[in-house]
Amino acid sequence: MAILTKEEAKKIIDKVLAFSKADEMSVNLTGSRTGNIRYARNTVSTSGESYDLSLSVTAVYGKRSGTSTINEFDDKSLEKTVRRAEEIARLAPENPEYVPMLGPQTYLESNTFLQSTADINPEYRAKVAFDSIDPCRKKNLTAAGYLEDTTDFFAMGNSKGLFGYNKSTSVEFSVTVRSADGTGSGYVSRDFNDAAKLNAKASTEIAMQKAMASVSAKALEPGKYTVILEPTAALDLIQNMMRSIDARNADEGRSFLSKKGGGTRLGEKLFDERVTIYSDPTNIDIPKAGFSLDGRPQEKVTWVDKGVVKNMAYSRFWAQKQGVKAVPPPQGFIMTGGTQSLADLIKGTQKGILVTRLWYIRAVDPQTLLYTGLTRDGTFYIENGQIKYPVKNFRFNESPIIMLNNLEAMGVPARVNGSMIPPLKIRDFTFTSLSDAV
Amino acid sequence: MQLSGMGFGAMMLPNIPIVGNSVSPEALLEGGIDVALKKRLADAALNAAKSKGATYTDVRIGRYLRQFVITREDKVQNIVNTESYGVGVRVIANGCWGFAAVVDAKTEEDTARAAEEAVAIAKANARLMKQPVQLAPQKGYGEVSWKAPIERNSFEVPIKEKVDLLLGVNDAALKNGANYVNSVLFMVNEQKYFASSDGSYIDQDIHRIWPIFSVTTIDPKTGKFETRQALSAPVGMGYEYLQTNPKDKVTGITTRYNKGYDMLEDVISAAKQTKEKLAAKSVEAGKYDLVLDPSHLWLTIHESVGHPLELDRVLGYEANFAGTSFATLDKWQSKNFNYGSKEVNLFADKTQVGSLGAVGWDDEGVKTKQWDLVKEGTLVNYQAIRDQVHIIGEKESQGCCYADSWGSVQFQRMANVSLAAGKTPLSVSEMIKDVKKGIYIIGDGSFSIDQQRYNFQFGGQLYYEIKDGQIAGMLKDVAYQSNTQEFWNSCVKVCDERDYRLGGSFFDGKGQPQQVSAVSHGSSTARFNGVNVINTARKI
Repeated sequence: MAILTKEEAKKIIDKVLAFSKADEMSVNLTGSRTGNIRYARNTVSTSGESYDLSLSVTAVYGKRSGTSTINEFDDKSLEKTVRRAEEIARLAPENPEYVPMLGPQTYLESNTFLQSTADINPEYRAKVAFDSIDPCRKKNLTAAGYLEDTTDFFAMGNSKGLFGYNKSTSVEFSVTVRSADGTGSGYVSRDFNDAAKLNAKASTEIAMQKAMASVSAKALEPGKYTVILEPTAALDLIQNMMRSIDARNADEGRSFLSKKGGGTRLGEKLFDERVTIYSDPTNIDIPKAGFSLDGRPQEKVTWVDKGVVKNMAYSRFWAQKQGVKAVPPPQGFIMTGGTQSLADLIKGTQKGILVTRLWYIRAVDPQTLLYTGLTRDGTFYIENGQIKYPVKNFRFNESPIIMLNNLEAMGVPARVNGSMIPPLKIRDFTFTSLSDAV
Repeated sequence: MQLSGMGFGAMMLPNIPIVGNSVSPEALLEGGIDVALKKRLADAALNAAKSKGATYTDVRIGRYLRQFVITREDKVQNIVNTESYGVGVRVIANGCWGFAAVVDAKTEEDTARAAEEAVAIAKANARLMKQPVQLAPQKGYGEVSWKAPIERNSFEVPIKEKVDLLLGVNDAALKNGANYVNSVLFMVNEQKYFASSDGSYIDQDIHRIWPIFSVTTIDPKTGKFETRQALSAPVGMGYEYLQTNPKDKVTGITTRYNKGYDMLEDVISAAKQTKEKLAAKSVEAGKYDLVLDPSHLWLTIHESVGHPLELDRVLGYEANFAGTSFATLDKWQSKNFNYGSKEVNLFADKTQVGSLGAVGWDDEGVKTKQWDLVKEGTLVNYQAIRDQVHIIGEKESQGCCYADSWGSVQFQRMANVSLAAGKTPLSVSEMIKDVKKGIYIIGDGSFSIDQQRYNFQFGGQLYYEIKDGQIAGMLKDVAYQSNTQEFWNSCVKVCDERDYRLGGSFFDGKGQPQQVSAVSHGSSTARFNGVNVINTARKI
């Protein structure tokens, strides 16, 4: 019941819209089935599965809007929800930034749903936990991990004839493996639309290797180092930058994209010319819905082309005010890379630090996008093209803008948390102190 | 951790986690289910679980109301009212926990079915257990209740009054030179009913409020911008928190607030201070003596004391997410682990009036209390719940179990963890008088700490240079880095109880799937000698 087909969803939405007395009405219908299993200390701690199906109605009178939600679907409940949304709208203050709803749109088709993930059951989850715990137990290592799988759909329609439907699946797996004495730790995370691509045993083995290799880390002086950021580490900082590409903040003068004296840095070369970042809902590795939650189509958008800022994200209100196309923020991005493997990048490094994961990243200065955080779960010293020994974790203070100007090399992009990102080799990465944490 | 303190940058304000169904503001005033019906629903679950073989059962019937009023400059951006109601049943069967929840449960059949499902899950998972759950005994309290001692229910205050307050605050910020201002009122009411096979039927009514703003001023000549966020605290109070009272104000270089918050006064100071910040001297990196106001120190306490002393982290249950802890059991067992200097007394507490953690009983029916964590610098205890306390040799739970919804499984969460006020009379001005080279920090800012809680970095809202016992002007680009044990050992003085105030957050995150919890941290202004300060200015 929780996952409706396009036809079933449209039927309900049309029925709701027929009850409307408002100037404009939009309806969102979502359903999901999500399951998880969590383990720690080599034993399962919790597991569960839940279903949700929910309908949300927004009624608009002039510039006043109201929203009401329900999870019952008989005619009486649907009509009651419409009336309640209308009543809330009438009482709401006017929103001077309200933009009328969109009419019918054409959306790109994208294959976000995979049956292999929708078929996941408690036995599958228990097997993932077993495949992850068992090899650790045998090597006297301790595993703590989490698997979450989701099948969901999202449908939207409005009184102006817009309709969109998308069904998708996702599976996310992560595990931290620690040595018995707590002096070594390794981590791996994987996310896919297609559960058939997940190999929990092989993934856990990577975390096990990192845990064993990171035992007895040596302390290096903090300072500026050439670093190789594995994709998991690189993503965090670049993702933070991509979340800060809002045009309104830039126009208002409070963004890294704001220009001294007014205006923005759109069209300026801000990064090394090898940096290109785009989004594309039809990308086969990270497929996304062809539309945003507000109904705008998601298309292929180039955000940074050869180091030059090409696009910023707009709300519909701000785009209308500025008289430009209302490009929605991306749902994941692709940073193009090179052809080298991680091993090639290490081989080509005279002296440097391999960073496998970053942790507790927080903004320090929104103007320069300076972030602080720490390395975690396996940090290694590289000399003459080889990993020499594990090193203690560092705290860093660094800006992705500075980092992408100090680019030395990039490897083959990999999927991390719904985006594609290459391993990055960066010179003069700033470590400011040491941490005793393992 | 993850969400604690939440960086309320101007751009982040509208990104508020919304849980529950959207309802009309009037719906928030409707009474919940009658307590007699709640008892019947609970008894049905208790009986059903027992008949299926459960050896322990607890039932939580929860109605969670939330209201957010969100504005920027002269506009109301959004008003959100949500309600979430359901029942969660937790059981022990065959020595293993099982949990099931049901939305909108209104009949005894609904709750009995959830109980049966919970027993089935427990029995299925029992095969994976290494050792059976060991639950500390707990006496039943019969039919009891607890209500937060509020004076004015926030949900009864008309929306118009709230909108007028925020738009007035925004107007004052703009009139005092700010370019942009966002302001928000968060209000929460948790109506929780707990029943257990120990014989407790506990009805509780909890209120929280958090008024916040962020002011931004831009220097058109340099293109630089500065922000200043509210010096309010989230509190376990009603709308009376917004009634201003001179006795709740702490005057000094800038006014800070105790049990009543003057939002209008604070935003006027904030607008002026953003201009001052733009012109402030960039800090010279080096060692400084830090004088930390409670509006700042709460977050350092939260990260470097509250989290590492959670027993589930110490044992490794959070290893894949929040991390583990440096404060291992052997350190506690040694009875001489030097967490801080002799001046440092840190305690956990679930009872302090007006705090976010205050309740009568926790989410597994344990009467709440206060207990020591660090006594005169020595680590003496952790925070633990019923299925953990045997590990630290305690006979009863410390009462810090919490679930963020009827649909979430309760687990060990941080109590209010606070630094006890100094016993010797000492005011802030007397403390500053003795500092030769220091920085006085007010308000919380950027925060980051490693997964075992050794190395941290914190920023603030306002930084003042102290030179030879005098405040010498404002600084910017300040962050301090330290190590937990080193930092608390550098604590040389804590002001007396006249300066004791609470800070806190609605959004402390933990667990997978993640749950949030609201927690307060109290302290008086404290001095830490020779802390490493870095300069955070960069050019891009």
